[in-house]
Amino acid sequence: MRPFLARKEVRRFAPVCHDISIAGEIVGLHDSGAMWWPDENTLVVADLHFEKGSSFARKGLMLPPYDTAATLEKLAEAIDAFQPTRVIALGDSFHDGEGSDRLPASYRAMLTTLQLGREWIWVTGNHDPIAPVGLCGETVDEVALGGLVFRHEPHEGAVGEIAGHLHPAARIRRYGRSVRRPCFATDGTRLVLPAFGVFTGGLNVLDGAWGPYFPAREFSVFMLGDGRLYPFTATRLVSD
Amino acid sequence: MDAAAPPLLPERFSRWFESRGWSPRAHQLELLETARSRRSVLLIAPTGAGKTLAGFLPSLVALSERPRRKPGAAGSQRGVHTLYISPLKALAVDIARNLEAPVAGIGLDIRIETRTGDTPAHKRQRQKQVPPDILLTTPEQIALLLSDAQGREMLAGVDTVILDELHALVTSKRGDLLALGLAALRRIAPSLRTIGLSATVAEPDDLRAWLVPQSEGAARALADVVTVAGGAEPDITILDSDERLPWSGHSARHAVPDIYRIISQHRTSLVFVNTRSQAEMLFQALWHANEDNLPIALHHGSLDVGQRRKVEAAMASGSLRAIVCTSSLDLGIDWGDVDLVINVGAPKGASRLAQRIGRANHRMDEPSRAILVPANRFEVLECKAALDASRAGRQDTPPLRKGALDVLAQHVLGCACAGPFDPLELFDEVRSAESYRDLAWERFEQVVDFVATGGYALRTYDRYARLKRQPDGCFRLSHPRIAQQYRLNVGTIVEAPMLKVRLVRSKSEGRRTPIGRGGRMLGEMEEWFVEQLALGDTFLFAGEILRFEGLRENEAYVSRARAEAPKIPSYQGGKFPLSTYLAAGVRAMLADPASWQALPHQVREWLEIQKLRSALPQPDGLLVETFPRSDKHYLVCYPFEGRLAHQTLGMLLTRRLERLGAHPMGFVANDYALAVWGLGDLDALIARGQLSLEELFDEDMLGDDLDAWLAESSLMKRTFRTCAVIAGLIERRHPGQEKSGRQVTVSADLIYDVLRRHEPDHILLQATFADAATGLLDISRLGELLARIRGRIAHTPLARVSPLAVPVMLEIGKEPVFGEAQEALLAGAAGDLVKEAME
Repeated sequence: MRPFLARKEVRRFAPVCHDISIAGEIVGLHDSGAMWWPDENTLVVADLHFEKGSSFARKGLMLPPYDTAATLEKLAEAIDAFQPTRVIALGDSFHDGEGSDRLPASYRAMLTTLQLGREWIWVTGNHDPIAPVGLCGETVDEVALGGLVFRHEPHEGAVGEIAGHLHPAARIRRYGRSVRRPCFATDGTRLVLPAFGVFTGGLNVLDGAWGPYFPAREFSVFMLGDGRLYPFTATRLVSD
Repeated sequence: MDAAAPPLLPERFSRWFESRGWSPRAHQLELLETARSRRSVLLIAPTGAGKTLAGFLPSLVALSERPRRKPGAAGSQRGVHTLYISPLKALAVDIARNLEAPVAGIGLDIRIETRTGDTPAHKRQRQKQVPPDILLTTPEQIALLLSDAQGREMLAGVDTVILDELHALVTSKRGDLLALGLAALRRIAPSLRTIGLSATVAEPDDLRAWLVPQSEGAARALADVVTVAGGAEPDITILDSDERLPWSGHSARHAVPDIYRIISQHRTSLVFVNTRSQAEMLFQALWHANEDNLPIALHHGSLDVGQRRKVEAAMASGSLRAIVCTSSLDLGIDWGDVDLVINVGAPKGASRLAQRIGRANHRMDEPSRAILVPANRFEVLECKAALDASRAGRQDTPPLRKGALDVLAQHVLGCACAGPFDPLELFDEVRSAESYRDLAWERFEQVVDFVATGGYALRTYDRYARLKRQPDGCFRLSHPRIAQQYRLNVGTIVEAPMLKVRLVRSKSEGRRTPIGRGGRMLGEMEEWFVEQLALGDTFLFAGEILRFEGLRENEAYVSRARAEAPKIPSYQGGKFPLSTYLAAGVRAMLADPASWQALPHQVREWLEIQKLRSALPQPDGLLVETFPRSDKHYLVCYPFEGRLAHQTLGMLLTRRLERLGAHPMGFVANDYALAVWGLGDLDALIARGQLSLEELFDEDMLGDDLDAWLAESSLMKRTFRTCAVIAGLIERRHPGQEKSGRQVTVSADLIYDVLRRHEPDHILLQATFADAATGLLDISRLGELLARIRGRIAHTPLARVSPLAVPVMLEIGKEPVFGEAQEALLAGAAGDLVKEAME
């Protein structure tokens, strides 16, 4: 049989962002799934789900153990591109409560290097309700900065809220074919970030679970593309 | 026969035969003789030859000679004597019913039971405690029984295994699963022998080898074979319609009045088509033509089970005049009274056609009658090639497949569930199966390692291993929970996610009430088809035009529509590629104008003009035509290798043309030809020496180009998902599982990407590649094509489209256009938005 050739994928990572306004603050959406807040020099990522592979392996499903490394690489590229002074991880940074404990030493070192010289905030999530073990950074349930509040799970009716948790994904249809991608979802007063971790699935933004946050399709999404984002109003989307 | 030997058929059996006015047939007696010598045997017989009874007769005789059971006496418990394994649940149930008559008639004290996915848990449990004498079941149930110590005990004394429709079983991964199960059975029941029942196949020796254990270094062991000569030669004709023959399409709408007339002239007709959408369309068209209100029914795999059973019962009772059906009726239940088979569309393979025709008239001494209805001009050629093959008695069943590694992984885990196993012993056992005889030890080790820890170079999961090595070298399950996971995951059929289709009242009829809940269930549809429907879209399903009313959890709500024609044309069912054998027949026919005499006038004329205007494709070469049309340039070639191989070729050609600056925009493929179009003038590129067709079609496209494409191919990802589920890397999605749980589960696509990057040699990628080579991408056939046409490419530059190119050109706009990346789709959709905003 022909072996597969491994290919190092070269990503163009120029920090070109799609600027939008959330509750009056200008923030940039990046095609990696990260949010960049230039006024505060802050990079925000949601749902890293480190050690998801090993979390499944513990339950007998042997997913490839490369997710943490791949997510870390992706994060390093984003940090390298933006050079933020502050990084906020919006919760579910580890797939389970013991995830940070299981983190292999080499990845721990890599993460520590990324954290050097910048403020690092771990927002707690439902998967990781406690502070990560043996890692730098401040652990909070939520944090307010300027006109924005950062938390894991969105709250109903919140204004200026930046959240994760829901893993937004959207689907569009054209010529009888459809494309489903992770996306940012916003109605101008709040923003939900796509999951940044490489093994993370997505929940269609038209699913009932979104009802309390973005009612009746009155919101927009920015689907992640290669080097750019694709904006759509929710009325143009199709469900799964 | 030795005169001293007792007669093959015991007295009470012969009496029963006599009482029915029958006498045992030669092959039935031959099978009894192989039983006496304890040899395994393959019975090849056309339908209607009494194959099933022949298969069971040795077991019935053996069981009749057993001493009577004494209730309560010690050691009275006996295991299963005979296992009957069929690919269809329904067939197992049907056979159980058919056996009742002889068992009661002969007066045998034999317990016969079925065990399928539908058998209630308490009955399965009881079967383990009090096993029946004959158990009728499916490959999945065998795997389940073997994964459990109690189940193995129940099967420990098995004497005979009867494998029905063996020709159909061995061509799929279910066949691999069964081959492994059989190898395991042989170890716990060493005296076991097998009886394979099969239709006529191209290579009977493959099946004979499949039935018996192989041993290393020894010559291929073969089971005995008993062949029943086909009865009367079938009477096959090709419909010669006065209507204009369509250039493309598969609906055969032009022939509907003819088909209806033929149905009304026969007692009962089976009308076979190739896809579910064709079945729906044809049924609808016949319904419109049905002035005499003939009872005509529809049968395909997506219809609700209850619906299907009703149709089957009506058929059995003889109250139907015709059934429009797909391959869902290729196998299985005997209808008895069918006097005509109508095959609409391309036959796709000579053996496939022969088996369909065999569904008519199950009496061997009368010829089966069949009429072939080609739906377009190319299909006329294909029908003619199939007819010639049938007259010459040629078969083109696919060769025996190599055992798949993902199935092996599932089996290894199953073995561990039954108890600790010695890897060396298991290796020998696995290799005793014909389909795994060439398995290398390294590969086997990789599979075991995959089952234990995922088989990754990083040994991070050793502490979570599912299999642990004991001091004696055996592997045992690390936790009983793993066995539960295995049981939920067993089997090799990974369905595309389906949605139930429920009939409700229409919202559009001005009712205020929300759409009702309790409507009738019509069947199931692929999720991706429902996905592309907008509210109010109309489409054909279950023989009706339906209106899409919305989605509720995992149900699609539909209402009856009054529309004349459905808005959404079709959805694809299974499509079989044209067999290599028939393809060669069609190529030979095209290249030989003398043979055209047998073709209808319209087809002859079409080919004559092709010869005049362009050239004829040669048997071993490749005709490539280039011509401009509107503002685009087209390249059309005629490989005749089937749609799947052509799609792969189209994908790779567009990549290469892109690199050469020819700006390809898309391509379409059908079973016969491939058309690629773009903005660049290919003739000019060739004239300037910038493009060489020999280089464009060089075999090296199966290297880096293929590799680069595989990285993003959605077909490859779909294939990987199937392998990952079978191998137990990801869990099956079970019905009723909450959709919103999706963000917690892992997408197979992501795992595929990660594995390709980090472990390109991973065992699951090997399994995926092996599948893709023969499956959705048909790479192996493409490879053969490229080798065959080397140095034999005939380029014909033209000023306009050629007659032969018309059919594939007409597919443009009907079939989805490939070569268009997801990004382009997104960018295009975003572009629409701009237009909306600016206009």
